[in-house]
Order: sequence, then C-alpha cells, then structure tokens
Amino acid sequence: MNAMSNPFFTRSGWLYLAILAAILLVVFPLALDPFRLNLVGKYLTYAFVALGLVLCWGHGGILSLGQGVFFGLGGYCMAMFLKLEASSPENTAIQSTPGIPDFMDWNQVTALPWWWEPFRSLPFALFAVIAVPVIFAFIIGFAMFTRRVGGVYFAIITQAVAAILTILIIGQQGYTGGVNGITDLRTLLGWDIRTNDAKTILYFVCAGLLIASLLLSQAVHVSKFGRLLIAIRDKEDRVRFSGYNVAAFKIFVFCFAAALAAIGGAMFTLQVGFMSPSFVGIVPSIEMVIFAAVGGRLSLFGAIYGTLLVNYAKTSFSESFPELWLFAMGGLFIAVVMAFPDGIAGLYNRYLAPHIARLLGTMRKRDAEGHSLANPAE
Amino acid sequence: MTHSRSRGAGFRMSRRQLMAGIASISILASAGIPALAQDKPPTSEINTTGLAVTDDTVTVGILHSITGTMAISETGSVQAEKLAIEQINAMGGVLGRKIEYIQEDGASDWPTFAEKAKKLLVQDKVASVFGCWTSASRKAVLPVFEQYNGMLYYPTFYEGLEESPNVIYTGQEATQQIIAGIDWVAKEKGAKTFYLLGSDYIWPRTSNKIARKHIEKLGLEVVGEEYYPLGHTQFNSVINKIRLKKPDVIYAIVVGGSNVAFYKQLKAAGIDMTKEKPLLLTISVTEDEIRGIGGENIEGAYAAMKYFQSLDNENNKEFVSEFKKMWGDDMVIGDVTQAAYLGPWLWKAAVEKAGSFDIDKVREASPDIELDTAPEGYVKIHPNHHLWSKTRIGHAMPDGQYEVVYETEELMEPDPFPEGYQ
Amino acid sequence: MIGDYTYSEFFSILAMQGFAGLILFSVFVLMALGLAIIFGQMGVINMAHGEFMILGAYVTYLCSNFVSNYAPALFPIYFFVAMALAFLASFALGVLVEWAMIRHLYKRPLDTLLATWGLSLVLQQLYRSVFGAREVGVTLPDWLMGSVALTDIVEVPINGLFVMGLTLAITVAVYFIMFRSGWGKRVRAVMQNRIMAGAVGIDTRRVDRMTFGLGCGIAGIAGAAFTMIGSTGPTAGQLYIVDTFLVVVFGGAASLLGTIASAFTISQAQSTMEFFMSGSMAKVLTLLTVVIILMLRPQGLFTLKIRQ
Repeated sequence: MNAMSNPFFTRSGWLYLAILAAILLVVFPLALDPFRLNLVGKYLTYAFVALGLVLCWGHGGILSLGQGVFFGLGGYCMAMFLKLEASSPENTAIQSTPGIPDFMDWNQVTALPWWWEPFRSLPFALFAVIAVPVIFAFIIGFAMFTRRVGGVYFAIITQAVAAILTILIIGQQGYTGGVNGITDLRTLLGWDIRTNDAKTILYFVCAGLLIASLLLSQAVHVSKFGRLLIAIRDKEDRVRFSGYNVAAFKIFVFCFAAALAAIGGAMFTLQVGFMSPSFVGIVPSIEMVIFAAVGGRLSLFGAIYGTLLVNYAKTSFSESFPELWLFAMGGLFIAVVMAFPDGIAGLYNRYLAPHIARLLGTMRKRDAEGHSLANPAE
Repeated sequence: MTHSRSRGAGFRMSRRQLMAGIASISILASAGIPALAQDKPPTSEINTTGLAVTDDTVTVGILHSITGTMAISETGSVQAEKLAIEQINAMGGVLGRKIEYIQEDGASDWPTFAEKAKKLLVQDKVASVFGCWTSASRKAVLPVFEQYNGMLYYPTFYEGLEESPNVIYTGQEATQQIIAGIDWVAKEKGAKTFYLLGSDYIWPRTSNKIARKHIEKLGLEVVGEEYYPLGHTQFNSVINKIRLKKPDVIYAIVVGGSNVAFYKQLKAAGIDMTKEKPLLLTISVTEDEIRGIGGENIEGAYAAMKYFQSLDNENNKEFVSEFKKMWGDDMVIGDVTQAAYLGPWLWKAAVEKAGSFDIDKVREASPDIELDTAPEGYVKIHPNHHLWSKTRIGHAMPDGQYEVVYETEELMEPDPFPEGYQ
Repeated sequence: MIGDYTYSEFFSILAMQGFAGLILFSVFVLMALGLAIIFGQMGVINMAHGEFMILGAYVTYLCSNFVSNYAPALFPIYFFVAMALAFLASFALGVLVEWAMIRHLYKRPLDTLLATWGLSLVLQQLYRSVFGAREVGVTLPDWLMGSVALTDIVEVPINGLFVMGLTLAITVAVYFIMFRSGWGKRVRAVMQNRIMAGAVGIDTRRVDRMTFGLGCGIAGIAGAAFTMIGSTGPTAGQLYIVDTFLVVVFGGAASLLGTIASAFTISQAQSTMEFFMSGSMAKVLTLLTVVIILMLRPQGLFTLKIRQ
C-alpha cells in the first residue's frame, strides 16, 4: 500500500466531504419540515445502494441489476424484527392465534415458523441485516465469477434472480406478507418510530451512516484493492496473468456493495415503517443503477447527489405531472447513457471544478491530482 | 401545487370532455354563488384542527395509481370521484365551500402510496382522501391515516379482516359478495361441486376461505382450489384440471392482466360458459375488466357484485348519463367505479350532519349516514364503517354488460370479521 | 391418480396436458426468439422487448377496429394482415431505435441495457397517452377462438395450435435466414469477428441494424399472436418479460438452439408441475430449479462465447 502517493482524500476531497456533511447534517434539518426531512431520509437510503454501485459498476465494471434484492433482504430482516415486536399477544388479541404477525393469521398459519424465531432478538436481526444479503451475494458471486461470467450476462442473471425472488416472496405470503409486504411496524425496543422526533433522529442516524459508508467506500477505493479493481475493469486478463485471483476480488466488491445496499434497506424499513416486495424486483433495481449513473458512475459523492436529485425530481414532477414524469425518467436514462456517461460528477469536473479551483486560488499541482482521483477513467 | 389542481383535472381530457367541463363550471358559477351567499358557518367553527378549509373552499385528496400496472383498474375510480366532486360543487359545495382536489399518483407502488398519503395529510392538510384500490396500497397507507388522523374513503371490494376508525369502506367486504352468490347458485342452479380459483394474494385467498366454509356449511363440495401468481398468463393446465374434475361451478377470483388470459383461454379450450356446464361465477370481473377481456369471451358467466351498469333505477340512469357526458360515450362503469362515486357523497353527508370538517366529528357522524341517491340504490354506513348493501347477480352479455338476474331482498349487513368463517 | 379415473380419461388428460405443455413451449419460444437473436448478434439485451411486443398487439387492435368498421367481410382473415403489419411496425421502430440509440453504444453493451430500459419507460407512457390507461379488447375472428374436439374429452384450442404453427414457421424462417441465406452468413460473420467481417467488406452497421430490426419485428409478431391468449395494455409487456428473460438466460443466450432447448425444459417442467400442484407452487418450484441450475451452470445450457 503506497500511502504517500495515494492519500485518503486530496484537499479538495476533504472540502467536498465537509460540504456534503454540512448539507446533510445542517442545511436539510434546518430548512425542511419533518415531513420533507423524512422524505430526504428515504432518498438517502437509496444512496447506500448507489455508493455500492459506484464501486461495483463504475470501478469494478460489474453491473448488477439486482441490487434491490440486497436492499430488500436487509429491509426484510429489519422488518421481521419490528413486526415481531409489534405482534405481541396483547396487540394481536383479536386474531385466532394471538402473538404471531397479522398476515400469518390471515393465511391460516397457526404458529411462528422456526426461521422467524431468532428475529425476536435485535442483535441477531442487526447481524442478519448484513449477513443474509452478503451470504446471498457471495453465493451468486462465487457461482458467476469463478466461472468467469461477467458483463451483460451477469447483469441479466442478477435481474432474473431479482424477478425470481420477488415471485417467491409474493407466493409465500403466509410467511412473508406476500404482495402487501410487512406493514404496520411501530416500535423499536419500545421506542415509537412513527413520531416526528423519532423520524428526525432516524434521519440523523441514516445520514451519519451514509457518511461513514462513504468514508469506508473511499478507503476501499484508495487502497491497493481499489487500484486492482480498476485494473480488472480495464484489462481483466492482464490482472489474472499477473497472478491475482480476479474472482476473489470481484466477489469481495459485490459482497461489499450488497452490504451497503442492505444497510440502506434496513434504514428504509425504519424510516418508512414497512417493507414490500416491490423493492426486490427489477424496476427498483434498475432505478437505483440510474441514480448512480446520473450522479456519475465513478464518483462516490456524485452517487449521493445523483440519488437526491433524481428522487427530488421524481417527487416534485410526479406531484404535478405524473404523465410527464415517466417520459422524463425514460429520457433521463437515455440522455445520461448517451450524452453524459459520467453524469453530474463528469460535468462538474469538466466545467465547474477548474473555475472553482481558480477562484479558490488552489489551482496548483494538488488539484490536478484530486481531479484524477474523482474521475480515474480520464 | 396550485397549478396541479387545475391541470390535474384538465390534463387528460379530450377537447369534447373539456367543453363539457367548461359548461359544467359555468353552471356551477351560476348555481353556486347564490348558495354561497346564504348563511355559511364561519371557518373557525367548522375547522378547529387546521385542515385546508377556507371561507370558500375545502381541499380534499385523490390518491390512485394513474401510472403503472394498476392504472388499468384505478382510472375509473378517479373519474367517478371527480364526477361526484363536480356535481357536489354544482349543488353549492359542502357547508358552503367549494371542493378543490389535489390529485396524487400512487404509481402502482405501495411505498409511493404511503409517501403521497403522508404528503396529502401533513403538508396539504386535506379534509379527506378518496383513494387506494389494492389491499396492499390500503395496508401501506393505513398506519399513515391512523397516525395523522385522516379519513380515507376506500372503494374496492376487499377481503375484510379490517375495521379502521380512519377508513370508510364503500365497497363490499368479502361476505357481502360471496355468501349470497353461493346461496344463489346452490338454490337456483342446483350446484353441488365447486372449483375455487384465484390470483395468489390476500383477497382471493381470504375470499375463497369464506367461500369454502360456506359451501361446506351448505353440505356441498369443493373439488379443487388453486392459486396462480399475479400476472400469470398461461392457464391451460388448470383448464385441463377443471375439465377432469367436472365441477358444477368454477368460482374464479382472477385479477388484472391474468383475467384476460384466463377467460380467453377458457373460451378457446371449448368451455362454453353459456351452456353453464360448468357455470362460472366470479367476484372479480366488472364491466371495466370485460372491456379488456372482450364481451364475446366471457358471455354467459355470472358475477356477484353490488352494482352493475345496467341497474334499472332513476339514480343509476342519471349517474350513467352524467358519467358518459363527462368522460365520453365509450366509458363503462363497474362496481368499484360506483363505490368510488359514493365516497365524496358520503363524506358530504357526514360533514353536513356533523356541521364540521373536523375528522373526529366526521367520524362520529358517519355511522347511520344514509344515501338514497346512490346509483346502487339505498346505502347506509354501518357502525363498523362498511356499507349496508345488496348483493346482485349479473349474467354477462356479449356486449360487455351484465343483465341483473337476482338481487337480495334485504341489504346485507357488513361483517368484516365473520364468525365461523375464519 | 388413476384410481379416480378410467384409463381412457387418464390418457386423454395426459394428451391434453401434453398439448398444454407444447403450447406453453411455443409461447416461450415466440417470446424469446427475438431477444435471443439480438443478444447473439450484439451481446445486448433489449430491455424494451416487452414494449415491442405490445406495439404488435396494439397494431392488431387497430387493425381489428379498422377492419370491423370498414371491411367486415374481411374480418375472418384480418389477423394475418395484422401480423404482417405488426412485424413491419416493430421492425421499423427497431431500425429507428438502432439508428438513433444503439449504434452509438456498441462499445458499451452495459449502457445499452440502461438506454433500452429508458426506452421501455417512454414507450409505456406513450401507449398510455395514446390508447388510455385501460386494457383494450382485441376482437378476434370466431374461428380462432374455438377448439377442435379430437375425442369426447380431448379438445385442443385452435389459438394454441395457431401459436404452435406460427412458432414453427418463424423458427424455420429464422433458421433459413440465419443459416441458409447470404445475409445470414454475413450476420454470423459479424457475430464471430466484427473487425474481420468489416475488413472483408461486410457493411457491419447495416447488418446490425437489420438484425436488431428483425429481433424487434419477431417481438411484434409475438405480440400480435398473444392478443389471442392475453391482455393488451400499456404495461402488459411486463407480464411476459420475466419468463422471456428466464428462457434466454437459462438457454445460454448466445445460441438459438439453447433458447429453444431452454424454452422446452422450462415449459414442460412448469406445465407438468402445474397439473399436480397449485399453479403458484409450480411456478415457485420451476423458478427455484432454474436458479439452482444457474448457480451450478451460470453460463446456461448452451454457450458459445460468454468468456471475455
């Protein structure tokens, strides 16, 4: 690891981090009412997925169209814990079998399935939030990458997995809540998560975790591993011939992205109060890819801004012109791919960054370095 | 937001519809102003909780999917709700206030429904919301309505097992659709054996559970029960099984795009429903769905609903003609569309009885609210927030309409937690 | 099983289930063929495949309206014209899309995936704006909606036979185009080595465009045919897309033979299981099997060149 020539952040990198932290932790909470803040909190949960995609897709060249699977699995693990807490025998006294989740009762399930039992414990649930998606990602990654399956074919297999898992969850409604999902989650260890105060606290937790995830992702990116990842993307065979185990690296980054997505899913469940199979499917998985693409598939900061921007546009557009929104979203996909493949970050680096640097008077050698870091493809 | 109110209404209209709309607005202007001039309670008295009520207007929300897969079904409900609101405004509004609506798109996505419901209640402070269609969307918004104390008028026939103080269910709960229908085929058609079939989610499963209990209670037999994933398009195997089991009645609760596939394949497989061997009884195909299926493909089937477009009464004739005037002559009206139309009227009646827009007072006033102008006939809100309504059996005609062949004498009591059927 | 039925009943059912499986097989092949051709040619999955199918269905809808209003005498045979027009419309749109979008993205196959997904959103909304959010009913000639009674019990739906015949005809046509014509030779040359093909004077751009158009055109025919068995609405394409992907992925994507073999395997598994258990359970088991096999053999049943 050559730490000297490869610092954690350049000076402008630290500046970007400070700006992002200020926006998330100061500006939004002060400027937005609790309702809008909660919405932003929800968007930020998608940003976890986008961060993972930057590493996995932008840097590693592995496009997964099934990130919703990991987001959903993380969210379901959290939801199972919260649902069990909400289904105490007192709360569910009117059911024919009190003490089990309401949807099980509706589906004539009379006892809690064994694999739900461990989710009564919060530590286990938190462990499962990360572990279940990562194990799942490992199985997929191991099967695919050791056989050198990649590219478009990997993308459609992940997509098929997403479709299959959705059908499984919907089909097993007695155990999973089916198409309704797991709804009406109320408290976390007795703490009511539905109040405005709780939502504000959860927002800060979410924003804090996101910044931590960003730092972690950056740590991966600047490490030797991050360099290798880019090398694998650009010339996989040369890396392999140099004696590296390419499959292991790919599996790791895929699992890492899955873990990030899972944290996002768990935070989603906490902030929104339910989890539904609509997150596991094809559509949200691809939408999350477009968040990363709009932000700039190579830039970790871009991923977060891209997610916020697309979701803000989606919410405000769809309030006024739902018809136009779908055209706009489709057009955005096409435009980003065809005209701005590096997204917002690319535009920023190209047009704004030099000016800002000149204004700040730091346009020296240092910045050129930061430049190439934010956008290593160029 | 102010833009969306006017554009939300006008955006999708054809020119003819727009002209009709303009005409009715001018009627509204001439009829509405004198009404407003009469003694009108001051806003501070009738709105003590900060809802979006001004001296002249009251704002309500419409929350349905107008994009995504559910837009197919929910479009009719949106149209009916807008018609009702326009008619109420033409009569002078509610407590002298003209109704304005904010329409939000649930986009067939349950989390979006929750988000938009919250927006309507928290940010727009709407006085009531007319919306949702699927059970999943209702389940998603329910905690929001209970937490922020809103009022939802939910139009769809559904599985029951729910009774929220914040929802008025203007459609039937399961027993109101099922029991009379099965009694009828057993008595009139001498049915002995049933094959239950449904899409795989909570409503068909719960409904079939009730149907099975009732069938067994009558001493008859269920010879098969099957579920197919939502969106399934291949039904040849189950059709073979039906042919093998030779049931007297196919009891079908297939929904959405699967519906079209099922009935087309059933017809193509040579099962002629007009021969009634087997007879097909459904609770999921309204006139709206028949448009997609094609009248010739479902001719001869029976449906158990509370409303059919062909109902022969004055209220309904006027409703059908107004609906077509507003939305076009080629429109058809199904059971849910009519139930959605009841929403704004029931809300108006409750507000006027309470003399207030406050949610708590409206809730208190809601039980025993009656409406004798409903297209389905007389309806009344039960203390459990569901409607008393009749069950009717319709016989599908090749033109896509149902001919009413039977209706219950009495109104059926809504019973969302039916004893002995769980 | 046999206990409840006589032998003749049992064998009749066996025969009918066999037909049901064959019909499902034909439907799968028809859905997946266009997608597989495009994938084989340019290594790209056309995510708007379902929307191209629905374009074909809407063309059929327009035809049925037009014919029943202006030329009712021709109604019994309009379906053939409708299929031809559906092919032309989807082919034309495919060529247009290739020209406007895809050709700029050949170096970035992953991006093509995203761009065609964007296209599918735009098309869905376009259908909704033009034809309304509700499903449209396509009126079909009576002769297509009947059935042939082979014995007392065994009845075979004519539309199923029609789909089988159509699939066979299209498969044979594709075989001749790809493996017996000069054009097909050029297509395969480009598939195997784009640069060398260009060097020997094949207009690779034109080959790409025509192949993409052909794949979309077949999707259009499939869509027209599916008005017989399914619904026509703005989002109906989504109903088919999962099965389509599965068939292509399972087959190994790069080989047309693989697609057909995979369609056969999945359809037989599904229709057999559907007979012995609830449809939902059968679907789940089929999908689980497919996933497990994909984990063991991720490159699918047949492979040509997945390794990079």
